[in-house]
Amino acid sequence: MTAMTAMTAMTADTAERYEAVFDAAVAADERIEPRDWMPEAYRATLVRQMAQHAHSEIIGMQPEANWITRAPSLRRKAILMAKVQDEAGHGLYLYSAAETLGTSREELLDKLHAGRQRYSSIFNYPTLTWADVGAIGWLVDGAAITNQVPLCRCSYGPYARAMVRICKEESFHQRQGFELLLALSRGTPAQHEMAQDAVDRWWWPSLMMFGPPDDESSHSAQSMAWKIKRHSNDELRRRFVDICVPQARALGLTLPDPEIRWNEERGHHDFGPIDWTEFQEVLKGNGPCNEERLTQRRRAHEEGAWVREAAAAHAEKHRTTPPARTGHGAPQEATA
Amino acid sequence: MSGSTDWPLWEVFVRSRRGLSHTHAGSLHAPDAEMALRNARDLYTRRGEGVSLWVVPSSAVTASSPDEKDPFFEPSADKPYRHPTFYEIPDGVKHL
Amino acid sequence: MTATAAEATAAALALGDDALVLSHRLGEWAGHAPVLEEEVALANIALDLLGQARVLLSLAGDEDELAYLREERAFRNLQLVEQPNGDFAHTIARQLYFSVYQRLLYGELATGSGEFAPLAAKAVKEVAYHQDHAEQWTLRLGDGTEESHGRMGRACEALWKFTGEMFQPVPGLDLDWPALEASWLELVADVLERATLTVPSGPRTGAWTAGAGRQGVHTEPFGRMLAEMQHLHRSHPGASW
Repeated sequence: MTAMTAMTAMTADTAERYEAVFDAAVAADERIEPRDWMPEAYRATLVRQMAQHAHSEIIGMQPEANWITRAPSLRRKAILMAKVQDEAGHGLYLYSAAETLGTSREELLDKLHAGRQRYSSIFNYPTLTWADVGAIGWLVDGAAITNQVPLCRCSYGPYARAMVRICKEESFHQRQGFELLLALSRGTPAQHEMAQDAVDRWWWPSLMMFGPPDDESSHSAQSMAWKIKRHSNDELRRRFVDICVPQARALGLTLPDPEIRWNEERGHHDFGPIDWTEFQEVLKGNGPCNEERLTQRRRAHEEGAWVREAAAAHAEKHRTTPPARTGHGAPQEATA
Repeated sequence: MSGSTDWPLWEVFVRSRRGLSHTHAGSLHAPDAEMALRNARDLYTRRGEGVSLWVVPSSAVTASSPDEKDPFFEPSADKPYRHPTFYEIPDGVKHL
Repeated sequence: MTATAAEATAAALALGDDALVLSHRLGEWAGHAPVLEEEVALANIALDLLGQARVLLSLAGDEDELAYLREERAFRNLQLVEQPNGDFAHTIARQLYFSVYQRLLYGELATGSGEFAPLAAKAVKEVAYHQDHAEQWTLRLGDGTEESHGRMGRACEALWKFTGEMFQPVPGLDLDWPALEASWLELVADVLERATLTVPSGPRTGAWTAGAGRQGVHTEPFGRMLAEMQHLHRSHPGASW
């Protein structure tokens, strides 16, 4: 054996050991941190998932922002503005988490704008009435929370930490949606009808948010093994239906699925078949708003280019070297 | 859009109340330190989570490997013998 | 000098409408800001203003009735705050002019003993941040690139004619208006000069004797803004939300 091949063999051997250490940490429920060795596929999966999640937050601002200027009371207007603001913040947390793996936000935004990375298909549906704001809070945020709570224990540290912050902030989102729908449901007949119509339109797309059935989900098994994902799509979907059925009753609204009934034996609700053709079509770009959402996002980015350039140019002109430190000075503090 | 117009990344540290030290909250982009402070205020303390903020350019952080508590990030991974999985144990041997 | 109840109500409406209308305009930025960090910043300012508006309008009556059921001619806000967002430079110029005014005004009210003192004491802290935000961006856009310098200069010019109205005395607010105006001019000029911009030299009020926003005379875009804002509420008379 030549010296060269001996070295290559040793490197391969070391990589194998790194992998064993990685696997053991994941198995022991330890967190993986940015500078740890990790399998390339784990890194790629995380970047893809965090990017998609971040994109969903910022595209998800649009259907709700659509109603800020028309919110029917000042209280509702304040709530909605705060919620849409949170979504921008959540997008920021997630882009930051993705950046710990060496992928810049700019790069991820470019991919989103070029249509090379996805966001959640749910945001390709339109918000046609005020009640849709409530349905998004109750159903879409409800589904998102069902998906996200387990992510707080995701094996990748920065992602898990971002999710802890997001879940904490998001607890008000679902409640405000429920409360909004309740006010409508108990309001005038026209308001009640508006609420029911919104639930009818958002129910099935919300169920699709959990992704394809387990036997057709391509990434699920590996993500579960890596503890990026903790529960299967179908498991989370069942959990969501079980949560929603009594809540719909409390709202005085019906879910648009005649097959929903309690199954004593399974300890879950049975529900009707999901139309996956619609899901696939929306995913392919043929949803009602795919074009509008991406166009608005691109336009905001392009129209903001001169602003970002100006601030960068200003910083360049006024770059000062930090003052020499004398003694043990604390950094300058700002009161928040 | 890349290169000079990409705003640099900043690490944000928040003192949640008097008597506690600043702890790392996350990061953000800003063209300069002043804007970084302001963005940090909006992003990381909008629910009253802090009384004081530091921002540091991410590029100015020198990561000293042993400071990271995780047992197996890159530099300490050159001592894989510290980990039980380094050792091969014949099948069937239990409780080891 | 004590304000009569009617004067105090009118003053609450004037200040409340300013905050309400500007908050609405800033809310229109949601999803359109030049960078994500600015989505968060603009929403923060909009939320502060909406909070102020709700307190002020409640002093004058029912906040929702006042916001949603008044006709355009009954609004008492400055024409400045109803101006459309334009590009980011226009929004920043509007913010600069208004936040400097609001900070001076609330600073004075906070030290007084009138009924607006408690509100002003809280609001002045919020407004200080709004002013700082506007100032930081004015400096960066004015002294950034050639393009941003041009845009910021044009925005400051375009909105200049709406700044005279701010210092029309509001009955019920016992303030030294000429002194307020002198301070405003000095502060704004200082920021513009540091931003390498020229202080606009044109007139600061319109030529129409009918008056302006404080008299319920508004600009064309305001009617469209109200149509959008009030439509849903008005479509369901008596409903609660």
